Parts: sequence; structure tokens; C-alpha cells
Amino acid sequence: MTAEGIGARVLRKEDKRFLTGNGRYTDDMTMPRMGYAAFVRSTHAHARITSINTDEAMKMPGVDAVLNGHQLVADGIGNIICGWMIHSKDGSPMNMGAYRALESEIVRYVGQAIAIVVADTQQQARDAAEAVVVEYEELPTVVDSLDALKEGAPQLHPEAAGNLIYDWEIGEEAATNEAFANAAHVTTMDIDNNRLVPNPMEPRAALAHFDPSEEHYTLYTTSQNPHVARLVLSAFYNVAPENKLRVIAPDVGGGFGSKIFIYPEEIACLWATKRVGRPVKWTSDRTEAFLTDAHGRDHHTTAELALDANNKITGFRVKTVANLGAYMSLFSSSVPTYLYATLLSGQYNIPNIYANVKAVYTNTTPVDAYRGAGRPEATYVVERMMETAAKEVGMAPAEFRRINFVREFPHQTPVIMAYDAGDYEASLDAAMKAIDYDGFAQRRAQSEAAGKLRGMGMSCYIEACGIAPSQAVGSLGAGVGLWESAEVRVNAVGTIEVLTGSHSHGQGHETTFAQLVSDRLGLPTESISIVHGDTDKVQMGMGTYGSRSGAVGMSAIAKALDKVEAKAKKIAAHLMEASEGDIEIEGGELKVAGTDKKLTFTEVALAAYTAHNLPEGMEPGLKEGAFYDPTNFTFPAGCYICEVEVDPDTGVVSIENFVAADDFGTIINPMIVEGQVHGGLVQGIGQAMLENTQYDEDGQLLTASYMDYTMPRADDVPSFKLETTVTECPGNPLGMKGCGEAGAIGSPPAVINAVTDAIGIRDMNMPASPNRVWQLIQDNGMKQAAE
Amino acid sequence: MTTVSMTVNGKQISGEVEDRTLLSTFLRENQGLTGTHVGCDTSQCGACLVHMDGKAVKSCSMLAVQASGSAVTTIEGISQNGQLHIMQKAFKENHGLQCGFCTPGMIMSAIDMVNRLGTDLDEKTIRHELEGNICRCTGYHNIVKAIKAAADEMAEVLEAAE
Repeated sequence: MTAEGIGARVLRKEDKRFLTGNGRYTDDMTMPRMGYAAFVRSTHAHARITSINTDEAMKMPGVDAVLNGHQLVADGIGNIICGWMIHSKDGSPMNMGAYRALESEIVRYVGQAIAIVVADTQQQARDAAEAVVVEYEELPTVVDSLDALKEGAPQLHPEAAGNLIYDWEIGEEAATNEAFANAAHVTTMDIDNNRLVPNPMEPRAALAHFDPSEEHYTLYTTSQNPHVARLVLSAFYNVAPENKLRVIAPDVGGGFGSKIFIYPEEIACLWATKRVGRPVKWTSDRTEAFLTDAHGRDHHTTAELALDANNKITGFRVKTVANLGAYMSLFSSSVPTYLYATLLSGQYNIPNIYANVKAVYTNTTPVDAYRGAGRPEATYVVERMMETAAKEVGMAPAEFRRINFVREFPHQTPVIMAYDAGDYEASLDAAMKAIDYDGFAQRRAQSEAAGKLRGMGMSCYIEACGIAPSQAVGSLGAGVGLWESAEVRVNAVGTIEVLTGSHSHGQGHETTFAQLVSDRLGLPTESISIVHGDTDKVQMGMGTYGSRSGAVGMSAIAKALDKVEAKAKKIAAHLMEASEGDIEIEGGELKVAGTDKKLTFTEVALAAYTAHNLPEGMEPGLKEGAFYDPTNFTFPAGCYICEVEVDPDTGVVSIENFVAADDFGTIINPMIVEGQVHGGLVQGIGQAMLENTQYDEDGQLLTASYMDYTMPRADDVPSFKLETTVTECPGNPLGMKGCGEAGAIGSPPAVINAVTDAIGIRDMNMPASPNRVWQLIQDNGMKQAAE
Repeated sequence: MTTVSMTVNGKQISGEVEDRTLLSTFLRENQGLTGTHVGCDTSQCGACLVHMDGKAVKSCSMLAVQASGSAVTTIEGISQNGQLHIMQKAFKENHGLQCGFCTPGMIMSAIDMVNRLGTDLDEKTIRHELEGNICRCTGYHNIVKAIKAAADEMAEVLEAAE
């Protein structure tokens, strides 16, 4: 290992531009003659559009154009797709309603785009959008997924009878039922997973430009995966052929999943720029972000856990209704199915699992992947059930988990996943030690003496990252392969550019990816640059989500480095008249083993480019590319323990201690990994304690600003104690598992298990707001008094 | 249209703006100082925070004309001679930033915190004082550490100067 290699806490190379105000985000870009776009949006959750009158708007100062969905369809712009086909249990394909970038007939959620206005300034565009008069004939609305499935519910799409998108299943139903028939104990719970809004701090934005002489489009956009954006914009929305469309995702201010998808606004800006003959920029305001960024979670679940007389789990039966909103977003179908139910085995040896998932349409914002995507929902169900079942059978929650842990690897679960490596007891032990588990009783007594209620809750999560083996996901319905690409370009004087299909929007790739190269070649990270986020520079890639950039993206770089090293060794052997097998690369030099003969990496690079003296038949240059397709998912896992104190008089919950013990396999930069965990934890704690997305019965979003939707702030959360345990992932060359989502996956059940422990109540929904906690304490007090 | 004049990062500037132009829009679009970000439009997130006559203000919630005649400092104006401000350096050394979008506002807020309360800051105070700044990436843990580290270093600098 070099000082900056794998495992070193290298400070981030990208920080300086962000610290000095020199980051370049999409909204920072300007172009000559640029116009600004604003959208006319539906004010109703479900309504037939009877007319769109643009007369007044067109007369307003600075206004270039007001374009609507009729024109968009006439120009051949395709409908928005969902890229993952799910089949119902009867074998029928999912029922997908038509989704246009600009709707001109029936709107199905508040905020849906109807028309785009282009004007000289942003204010002019927004004023003109306000002046467009849309007349509606209101239709009945439905916002809750259980209501949407009821007979007589308002119907959203003619393609989806009963609002049912699919009725999907996984696992063996008959065998699972039998386990329940023979169970010594059954724990049953109704568990909701509250709807969240991802809220990256940078609102979405797009700047589109059309060059008529070349028939060429450029799109700057806030994307986690610009290549997928180009693919979809080209192949499905018919904007332009791929070679005539350049997509650039420059600095992007957080994503958390919400910037994976291709939204109506980017499509409309690209389409409009050609129609109006000038560059068009749109930047979302925060309320637009609340209304239109894909939301996350929103499940209703009933779960049953069967135990034998020894408290070993024999069966797990889960029924979930997932709200996908008014339309199917790009990967929405996969989230409550293959990203959710495949993780229902948790860290446990469960011989029989059966899950049924119904996905439904409602008059709400589309729902898609948000940090964790399906895995937080699965972990929440599993870990709420584990904690509750343990208490019901009178076991300590830790011991109940311990006797049910998977202990041998590889382990095939009944729900597709084959866990490759792990040591769940090690992370449980590390977490219990770090939180001083044994001292809890004393701390609880101290709290009680002060009139407070103290509780502790744990969560032993597992997730699947490194998405994903292309053939495997293809067989499950994915429309794309999920490999990653890399190109390592060694310059003539030995500096290096690494081109990657991954995209960094806060993850620190410019540092960690350079550390990998530094580790391999012994060069300083300063001489290694990472290039990403531009389809003209990087040929193809699948982007960053699902904690895949380390396990998949860096594995591709490692493969390309193998090729660079092999060629460099050949050149060095030739120049030093040594055997290729004797060349070692160390500290930026290529050495002949056992001798003092050596060349610097720079000398070898220069020789590759001068090409004066290369081995017979070798091409000049030193540049290699690789595509890496993973062989399996990776399985980060860990144990989180939360300790809370509740004020019974106010219902206020404060987190007194929070420990996260994670096994991420190989860690490239501990500093960055810790940062990922901190951020994930606060998003998970936000879900558990603060955040909730609230619609009224007419489908109006009540929580559409930071004055209404409670984002976690610094004084809502504690500092954290982090531990790591390591089992290397055998599935990729670096042994990495991924760390980006764990915090958000593992923490919600730990918090709710702690709160319910403190107040002595079995069931409660998130978030554990003071109002809800206080009410539960009151209700329970009433109940106890009555008993 | 109205002419506004102010000192921005030590430089006297003026520009013609529509009366309703926000200070954040004036800085970003008229002056090209895109380090000041707009994250929420309702003065909740603090990404737009700048200093006006030495005090923290949220530039998305005031008009450019209200700042006319004042001295404004943005994130672009706090480095001296190419050297990072102690607060900027502490954010880097403590990994107090990830995507970088909230960072300019966080740093301007943190400097203001030290200006107002002095360098003797404990974790509870720092967390409370950050209530006007939202970060979605870091979970605040390292931001709190960074501000504490910077405040300690600023105390040493002050002590050495005495």
C-alpha cells in the first residue's frame, strides 16, 4: 500500500472547487441567447383538460413560446418508459398507463407538466406560465394505495383495471403455509413504510442546446447516469440519434436516487430548444422538486413470522401493497419487487418465505428508487418483526437474532439471493460493545428517576449492492445490463486520466478512484485525474446508484489497470532486456526482480508514445479500456443500535446513543466511507423521526416546502459511533461491497424499535413525531387504566 | 429597472436590475458569482447565505435593491491570496462536505457563528446555531467537527496575535 493507496484517509481532491464557490452545477451554466423555461403544471390531482389558452401568456414581455403536449406528440416525442418489466403471478405483463412528457388530456397528479413556456428571463417565463389558462373538468381522486384497490375506487389508467399495475409473488407459497400450520408461535404485524421526498440540496435543472447546422443537441443536466439518459432520450423519446446528442452531468448536488430517472422536464427542454431556436434552461424551485422529483417508499405491509418451539424461524409470509403514484417512473417497477422481496430473508436462516406484492396507481407523484430502494422497506419489515417476535417469546432481541443468523456461506435464500460472505455475529458483537449494552439497564434506571423513558432498539440489516450481473437482471426483466466501463489513459509523461461510467455527486470518486490507481502503480493521486459525466468523453456507462460505483465501477478500473500493467511490463522488459515475468511495479517504477535495473513509469509511458523501440508488432500508446460485469450481487451487512430517551409529557424523542457497525468488505478510504454512513444514517433517522409526505384527500401535497416537510437539521441528530468489521466480498477483484445506502437502510427499524421499547408499545408508524409518540403514550395510559 | 451599487468581495460594482430581482439572482446572474446557491426559495436551507455588512443574510429572501449601498461578502471572497480561510480548510480536513451544494452557505454561516459567539463553541451550540442550514449528504457529523476544529484554530490565531 502507498501512502495514498487502498485504506488511506486521503483528503478529497475535489473539495477545493466546492469550498471556494467554483463548483460547476447545471444551473451555473449559461449560453449566449439562452432562454429560460417554466412549466405550466396541473393544479388538480385528477382532471380532464378541457382547454389550454395561451393568448395572454404569449402577449407578455419576453415570451418566445408556449408549447403543449399536442405539439410534443405531433413532433414524434415518445412516451416515458419504465425500464424493468415485471410479470404478475398469472404470467401477464405489468399494466402500464401512457405517460407523456407534457399531458394534454387527463392529468393524474398535482404538478404534472402540461406546457412549457420559454422567455428571456426566468421571472418572465414564470409569470407567463401563471398566465396560461387551463380549464379542467375535475375527476375523483385516490391517494392511498389500499383505497386505490377497493372496488369503486377512481380509475387512473384504462390500461390498469382496478389501478393494479401488477400482482407479483416470490417464494414457495404452499411450503410457507405449511410452516405456519406447524408453527409454535406466530408474530403478525401491520407495517407501513412512510412516503419520503429525496431532497438532494441541488434542485433538478436542465440546459438544452440545439445546433441546427450539425443537427446536434447538447444537454447539461442534473443526472446520476448521463449515459443512460442519452440512451433513453435517443432510443425511446426520439429526441435525436445518440451520435447527435451529448449529455453532460457536471457537478451534481446530491441525488439519492432521484436523479437516476429521465423526467418530463429534460425531454421538454430538448424538444423546445429546437422549436424556439435558442438554448433553453430550466431550474426547479423547491416546491416543484417536492411535486415532481420521484418520491420514495410508501408501502403497506402485513407480515407474519412463524417460529418453532426452539424459537427458530420456520417461515415468513409477507403481503405488501406498493404505491407507485400516478405513472411508472424509469425503475419504479423493480423497487418493490426484486430490490425488496429478495432481501426478506435478512441475516437469517429462513427455510420458507413467500411474498406477494401488489403495485398500484394513485393520484400522487410517481414513486421510484430513493436511497436504498426496496432494501430499507425490506429491512424495516424484517427487523421490526425480529424485535417484536423476540419480545413475544421472551428472548433478548440480540439472542433471538443470534440463534437465527446465517452462519455458513455461500447461503442460498428462498428468495433468489445467494449470500457470498459475511459474519453477522461479529457486527452484532461490535455494536453491542460500542453502545455499552450491559450498561443500558443502569442508564434506563437513571432516565426513569428523571421522569423519562429510555429504550434501546437494534437492527441487523443486509442489503444487496453491486448491481448487478447483467444476465441475471436481464432474466428478471431489466431493460439494461448493469456492468460498468472504464478507460485508463496513460499520458506520454506518465500522468493518468481514468474515464469512468460511474458518476460522482458527492461520493468522492475523484479521490477514491485515484487511490486505486495510486495503490496499483505507486503514483501520487495528484497525477491521476478522474473523468466522468460526459457522453462525449466517456463512451458508455451505467452511472451511480445502488452503491455500485466501488464494487462495479472500480472493478472495471482494476480490469483496465491489469491491461495497462501488462503492456507496461512488456515494454519495460523489452527496454531492460529482461523477462516480462520478472518485472515488478512498485513505487512508480518498473523493476527487474532481484536486480537494480529499473525504469520509472514515466520513462515507460514515454517509450510507449515515442514508439522508437517497442517489442516487435506492438502498437504504440498506453491506453486500455475494460467493461466489468459483476458475477453476483454484493451483500453489505451490519448491526445498528439506537438508544433513545422519551419525554412522556411532550412525546419528544431524543437519540442519546447511536452505534453503526458495518461490514462493507474492503474499504478504499475510511474517511469517505464514514461520511457515507453518517449521511445515510441521518436520512434513515429522518424517515423514522421527522419526515413524512402528506397528501390531502384531493391529492394536494400538503408537505411541499421546507416549512412543511421536516428535513433533519443539525440539532435533530447526534454524533455517531461507527465500527467496521470486514469480510471481503469474493465476487469482485477488490473485495468491496458498497457503503452508500447502508445508513438509510439499517437505521429506521433501530430507531422505531428503540422508541417502542421506551414507551412499551408494540406497534407504531413512522415518523415518531412528538405528537404521535405523545398520543400513543396517552392511548396506552388510558388502556392500562381501563384494564 | 433600478440601478443597484454595492461592494461585493471588496470590489465596487453596480448593475441594472428589475426591482423584484433577488440578491441571490443578482449575485449569480448579474455578477456571475455562482458559488452562492439557491436550494429552497423560502429561507430554510441556507445554501444562499452571504454576509452583508458583516452579518449573515439569506440572499434568496431579500431584494438586490435592499443590499444597495452595503458591503457583501460571498464564498468567493473569503480566501486570502489563494489561501483557504481557516473554516474552508477545516471543512476539507474533516470531510465536512460531499456534494458541495450546501457548502458555501454552511461555511458562511459557520464564519458568522464564530463572529457572533466567539471561538469557544461546544457541539450543542454548533448544532443549534446551524438550524438555518440544511445538508442532505453529511448527516452533519463532520460539519460539526469541522466548525469546532476551525473555531479552535481561530482561537489559537487570536491568542498568538495578542
